[in-house]
Amino acid sequence: MRLTEKDVRYVAALANLDLTDEEVGRMLHDLDGILGQMEVLAGIDTEGVSPMAQVLFGADDYSTLRADVERTPLDNELALQNAPVSGNGCFKVPRVIER
Amino acid sequence: MHTIASIREGLRAKEFTAVEVAREALEFAERENPKTNAYLLLCPERALAAAAEVDRKLAAGEDAGALAGVPIAVKDVILTKGVRTTCASKMLENYIPPYDATAVERIEAAGGVVIGKTNCDEFAMGSSNENSYFGPVRNPVALDRVPGGSSGGSAAVVAQGTAVVSLGSDTGGSIRQPASFCGVVGVTPTYGRVSRYGLVAFASSLDHIGPFARNVRDAATVLGVMAGRDPMDSTSAAAPVPDYAAGLDGNDVRGMKIGLPVEYMKHATGDTADRIHEAVAKLRDIGCEVRDISLPSTDYAIAAYYIICTAEASSNLARYDSVRYGFRSADSTTLSGMYRNTRGEGFGDEVKRRIMLGTYVLSHGYYDAYYLKAQKVRALIARDFTNAFQSVDAVVAPVSPFPAFRIGEKVNDPVSMYLSDIYTITGSLAGIPCMSVPCRTASTNDAAGLPVGLQILCNHFEEQKMFRLAHAFENS
Repeated sequence: MRLTEKDVRYVAALANLDLTDEEVGRMLHDLDGILGQMEVLAGIDTEGVSPMAQVLFGADDYSTLRADVERTPLDNELALQNAPVSGNGCFKVPRVIER
Repeated sequence: MHTIASIREGLRAKEFTAVEVAREALEFAERENPKTNAYLLLCPERALAAAAEVDRKLAAGEDAGALAGVPIAVKDVILTKGVRTTCASKMLENYIPPYDATAVERIEAAGGVVIGKTNCDEFAMGSSNENSYFGPVRNPVALDRVPGGSSGGSAAVVAQGTAVVSLGSDTGGSIRQPASFCGVVGVTPTYGRVSRYGLVAFASSLDHIGPFARNVRDAATVLGVMAGRDPMDSTSAAAPVPDYAAGLDGNDVRGMKIGLPVEYMKHATGDTADRIHEAVAKLRDIGCEVRDISLPSTDYAIAAYYIICTAEASSNLARYDSVRYGFRSADSTTLSGMYRNTRGEGFGDEVKRRIMLGTYVLSHGYYDAYYLKAQKVRALIARDFTNAFQSVDAVVAPVSPFPAFRIGEKVNDPVSMYLSDIYTITGSLAGIPCMSVPCRTASTNDAAGLPVGLQILCNHFEEQKMFRLAHAFENS
């Protein structure tokens, strides 16, 4: 096993995911199997290879920028329309001072 | 069954109106849907309004657009203003987008009639469409089989004929593999060719929008409408968009050099291998020159892909915090508790698995061994294609190692599910255009009659060449 149950719970906390005990067990099994497949990468020589984060094409320096023109933002009512809880034009959430 | 051309011709000859075509498509879709579960929603109001506008333009003698009156289905990860968009997730079960994706806007501006939203794997994560919160999609060709994934619904509706064309999204094969399983044409364009503004993000360096159609010409027409620079997506490419559909005429493929990767064919067995060898023979018959090529980094692609896509997914899906939109868990007394409970209850198994894997490979101590290493391997895979395209015009390969499998067959085995993406993820990692075009169906044992797709891959922005080859193959 490459992973322990403790690792799974630690990663779940990093990802803000509440997992049941049963899910932790399954996740341990699945992730371990998947990470086993990933080990093939250790054997490949990547000395001197630059990491490829994005597919890039030849383009001028400013090609990714759009014209700097004023646009109407999403109006407040529309922005709040999908909020689970809102009030006074704001998103409402539980108290933030306790974890 | 209609094509874009048959609708154009019928409208011109006044055999029917766009409203009649839309109404018929909506009724047909409603009647067929219980068989396949391919649509999550039909939007008659929007469809009939768009169709009425096409009829008005035609009556006024105005140009009604390249897709005038064509019924189109849209994968439910692509935003449609005012029409529920769920990503097939409990998390977005009630989400009503406040704006349209650019692809949808362009489709409708060209006269396309969006009739409904199609089922898919939750957040486009899956290869069988079994990960939908709203239940699996059944393959219209064989109802006990999966339609492929993640854009299974979009492939199924085109195969069953309830839509003429549809939009899907592809991150590691999510258009090509379902196209292959359902026997339709599916196109993943060059990375950046179609704006992703309004596509719900899964893995941003790999996500594409592309069309499904029943023939190459229709797919080329839809891509031509959607493609091109969009100021709302900084990764969209400024390269000019040729008239793909017009480019199909009067161009033969004699002398075209085609590579068959030995690393792909060594894994291919049974019907898939037979169909690809047959396809190669056909390509030779129409004058193409086919030779073996090597893409030596292929064996590392699955590992690299599942590290990169899950890392990006874990980051992209961090936005589902139930503050601005989406499902919120009922009983949380603190903000951080609300995040954890909401995400624990709102995401399905596969999405959680990928968020966990992505978070792990990005976490302290593992970044270099997994994420950075995978990005370097990605560069090697891209380099393999760059080298190959110095000596060949196109690469042909299988789409999937096997035809459509049975519902339930692989759903509890994520490793085997991931391995089935072997032929599609290399093109995705390289960002090159690729497509699936139907071959003859499988003929052995219980797979008899199941579709098999031929994959065609070309260099960046060479969609025109890819379509020409696919069109010639289709007509051979």
